Amino acid sequence: MTTVSLSAPAEGLVKARATVADPLKEQLLAESTRGKPFVKDPKICSRNVNVYYGDKQAIFDVSIDIGKNEVVAMIGPSGCGKSTFLRAINRMNDTIDGCRLDGEFLLEDQNIYDRKMDVVELRARIGMVFQKPNPFPKSIYDNVAYGAKIHGLTSRRVEMDEIVETSLRKAGLWEEVKDRLLQPGTGLSGGQQQRLCIARAIAISPEVILMDEPCSALDPLATARIEELIAELAENYTIVIVTHSMQQAARVSHRTAYFHLGRLIEVNDTTQVFTSPEHHLTEAYITGRFG
Amino acid sequence: METPSLLISLIALTVLAFYIGRQRSIAQAAPLGGVRHLQSLPLYYGVRASLWCGLPAFLLLALWLIFDEPLISTVVLSSMPEHLQPHSLAERNLLINQIENLASGALSTEGVDSAVAQAAENLLRLKHIAGMLLSVATLVLALVGFIWAWWRMSPRLRARYQVELVFKGALLLCACLAILTTLGIALSVLFESLRFFQTVPFTDFITGLNWSPQTAIRADQVGGSGSFGAVPLFVGTLLISFIAMCVAVPAGLMSAIYLAEYASSTVRSVAKPVLEILAGVPTVVYGFFAALTVAPFVRDVGTGLSLSVSSESALAAGLVMGVMIIPFVSSLADDVISAVPQAMRDGSLALGATHSETIKKVIFPAALPGIVGGVLLAVSRAIGETMIVVMAAGLAARLTLNPLDAVTTVTVQIVTLLVGDQEFDSPKTLSAFALGLMLFVVTLLLNMVALKVVKRYREQYE
Amino acid sequence: MNNRSRTTSGAAALIQKSLARRYRAERRFRWYGIAAVVFGLLCVATLFVDIIGKGHGAFRQTYLHLTIDYDRDVLGLSATAAASELALADYPALIKQALLQRFGEVSGRSARRELSGMVSSSAAYLLQDRLQANPSLLGTTETLWLLADDDVDTYIKSLRDRGGAFTGRVSEQQQLWLKALRDSKEVRLQFNWNFFTSGDSREPEQAGIGSATMGSVLTLLITLLLAFPIGVAAAVYLEEFAPKNAWTEFIEVNINNLAAVPSIIFGLLGLAILINFFHVPRSVPLIGGLVLAIMTLPTIIISSRAAIKSVPPSIREAAIGIGASPSQVVLHHVLPLAMPGMLTGAIIGMAQALGETAPLLMIGMVAFIVDIPGGFTDPATVLPVQIFLWADSPERAFVEKTSAAIMVLLAFLITMNTAAVMLRRKLERRW
Repeated sequence: MTTVSLSAPAEGLVKARATVADPLKEQLLAESTRGKPFVKDPKICSRNVNVYYGDKQAIFDVSIDIGKNEVVAMIGPSGCGKSTFLRAINRMNDTIDGCRLDGEFLLEDQNIYDRKMDVVELRARIGMVFQKPNPFPKSIYDNVAYGAKIHGLTSRRVEMDEIVETSLRKAGLWEEVKDRLLQPGTGLSGGQQQRLCIARAIAISPEVILMDEPCSALDPLATARIEELIAELAENYTIVIVTHSMQQAARVSHRTAYFHLGRLIEVNDTTQVFTSPEHHLTEAYITGRFG
Repeated sequence: METPSLLISLIALTVLAFYIGRQRSIAQAAPLGGVRHLQSLPLYYGVRASLWCGLPAFLLLALWLIFDEPLISTVVLSSMPEHLQPHSLAERNLLINQIENLASGALSTEGVDSAVAQAAENLLRLKHIAGMLLSVATLVLALVGFIWAWWRMSPRLRARYQVELVFKGALLLCACLAILTTLGIALSVLFESLRFFQTVPFTDFITGLNWSPQTAIRADQVGGSGSFGAVPLFVGTLLISFIAMCVAVPAGLMSAIYLAEYASSTVRSVAKPVLEILAGVPTVVYGFFAALTVAPFVRDVGTGLSLSVSSESALAAGLVMGVMIIPFVSSLADDVISAVPQAMRDGSLALGATHSETIKKVIFPAALPGIVGGVLLAVSRAIGETMIVVMAAGLAARLTLNPLDAVTTVTVQIVTLLVGDQEFDSPKTLSAFALGLMLFVVTLLLNMVALKVVKRYREQYE
Repeated sequence: MNNRSRTTSGAAALIQKSLARRYRAERRFRWYGIAAVVFGLLCVATLFVDIIGKGHGAFRQTYLHLTIDYDRDVLGLSATAAASELALADYPALIKQALLQRFGEVSGRSARRELSGMVSSSAAYLLQDRLQANPSLLGTTETLWLLADDDVDTYIKSLRDRGGAFTGRVSEQQQLWLKALRDSKEVRLQFNWNFFTSGDSREPEQAGIGSATMGSVLTLLITLLLAFPIGVAAAVYLEEFAPKNAWTEFIEVNINNLAAVPSIIFGLLGLAILINFFHVPRSVPLIGGLVLAIMTLPTIIISSRAAIKSVPPSIREAAIGIGASPSQVVLHHVLPLAMPGMLTGAIIGMAQALGETAPLLMIGMVAFIVDIPGGFTDPATVLPVQIFLWADSPERAFVEKTSAAIMVLLAFLITMNTAAVMLRRKLERRW
């Protein structure tokens, strides 16, 4: 499975070519993903994934692996499909009417989009942190305990306290909130709220954490704090992070994937992407010619 | 001059004033080098002239028409001999009626006191004079206003500014009508209620357990004051409202949740408008449905279960009222639920919560204040609902909490007491206003609390 | 690492264990939702089926085929009767005579009364009209379809019922006569134009919604003429001119509260202030329209404000930018753009006013109105009040009439609301 050669299905190509006339897109179509999209023994594996919103196709034929305990950053200009791809991993796109997906999407060896796959279980295994911190209008404690409660991880108060404390500690928030656990989570600052959301996600011990531009609503100091946290979490979790900031991608990720107009252009070790990108579009993006 | 022809001449005058005013402004502008040297457009000079001409005259006319009748009758009465002077308001109204009927020829002068006949003539004469006076006064006022406007006109005059001032004033007046209405309601129920509470003490009214106003026709009757205890009405109202809420809140809330969160867009696009129909059906139709279909059905079912059910049971009225309020609750709940940000849902779903867990544990608590506000508004509607209970609930006040019994409500009693001829000096009629006061105060409080809660809830997510 | 993978798999096992229970809860919750929606839909269906089932019959009315002999003696006219005498003639006798001829001699006073009771009392007026219009009919014979009495009508219509016919006050003798008439096809159901054109009546077969409909139209006209301009003006003031101060806030609180005040309270207002203080006459479209205008004003203000709010500020800025005064901005730009929304609100407000009953009961609109009102100060009633009055009537035939009147009222309301929705769809602009 390591070196599957990537050749786009011909008919898909022809169909897509018939609908677009933009020369830039034409050029894109002729090429497949550059770099090293595949790894040995991946945690998540996608092959030829297409995502459609109604009639509009948002993701074209994306194939990529994400390894265990790896941090993969996804970058690209607005509307390039990186967030859509991220949300496809834990099937958050299911909540959008008219959204459908084809291709193969595996979590370890289970097909994520299999009929038998349980979305609830899937999302318990693949947690998510959103762009804007979205704590529930409940106390800090209840926010963190929420997942554990609904999944029935424990019914004993002591164990629950422990889960809450551990999660808050892992999210680096414990020291700041341990005296006001019963106050509403919405009362925290933006950066604290985002760490609360991370704590909430890790309270149910997921295997993968998806982060959708987790720092875009935060100030630089809070951002730095979250980035530190990502580095710590990377020891235990697989993390996929979508970011607008190339510096952030460079700082936190092991590998970086560059998306453009719904296509995965290049995946490579982060240092390589930022020092010697293989594709001219990647280069154009990281040198700031568009984005 | 008669009022309609006076009105028409006034309107003609204002239109004329508009044209003359506009022409004059154009004429004034001509030596300066054209209309663009005017401070405002000629249109505004015209409008200004017609406002000066028409506005004071119309105001005078309106005031006169409102106040001339009581004024004239006071003058007529005061000119009558001492022994015929009325002693009470009712007598006074009777006398005035008699005089007016004599004057209009509806009553023949035969066998009527000559002084009264004299008064009738007097009335006719005064009315005639008043009419003449009014015509002359309004027309003169209109002319004076127009001449003033004409005289003051100059190219530097800020005509547009003045016209817009009047325009804004008129708009403000329209907006203030809402306050006037509230004031009118408050005054109308308050004054008559105060008169009522002079004969029946407020404490008796609010704590009395016995309501039978029909028996207390005369004040000197035994037990005349004891029969205005409104507690059975309050209990009946609350009982029926409670039954209604038991139907409306679960059904309205769950259907809103289902349609907003689960239903496919096709189901939603069909079910929602169909449910909205329930909100558009007039209450009189629900009343008919309750009285002729639901009440017999409830009674038959009750009889089948060997229960004794009144044919005007509170249950039937409450059930139908609940059905009426379903769309009200569900549209409010829909608003409130869709105001909960999508991020909240995403956050919960991403943690692996099922849809219902997300709704029950995240969306519902977040939307709770809004839902409570909506339910309070629904309660206020149930309490104030009239036609269903008038047609399907009973008339006899009974102090009971049994939903199978017939009870009566505040609104039913207001209608029964006020439909038909009323005497405004009997406590029976006045008691309706006291009930109206209670109804107004309670619903006002409920509404204010509910609107405040809903507003604060909205702000939270804006 | 080891420790962590253990907790992960432990959590996964726990989650899997809880899944079945949680999905049961999920399904249950869904079912509650479906049950609630189905309950609501069933209520709509039951309501409509019930009303239509009860009321559809009223659009057809039973007529009896009789041969009328315009006989001078029966009419009680002298041989040299002048045209003016025709007004005083005994027309019911003509019908009695015709019935007796049809069924042979009927003995006994009560039997005769039963016989003539089968035809509506209005039939005599029809004969009078015909004869007065055409005096040459005198002495001739003609066959006519005459309106049957309401009891006969109810009986004839109920013959098709599965549960057996409803005899009510129809005697066995009358049933026999009617059977004879039916066998010879001398009974038929005709479309009931009368229902739409005539006024109220104590006799169900003669009662119609003509006067009530006219009353509703006149009343709504007053309501529209008052509530729409004033409502729009108030909305314009609040959205475009009002300063942010306590007074404005007070106005807004008032409007929002008035929108939720029970309608019956507006009836009390009309009674105490308009009738008792300003001496507006009772029972006329004028007072009804005034009260309904006051009642719908908050609705119209609120919807007009929403319409004005939806006009984007960029339009205002553009107009102000080229030197338009605030009132020019409103009159030239905001109002035309907001008008569709305002009209929609007005239609919905009018629909609400059309269905309103309770406040009108207070101000004397519960009157027995036979004549069709011709002006704003003629005594009148309105459709919903007519429904209320008929619903109270004991005659069984009125149940049918009431339901039919409800069908007409609902048809009006559905038309109005559909028009509002279409208007909104058609004219809605997306900014």
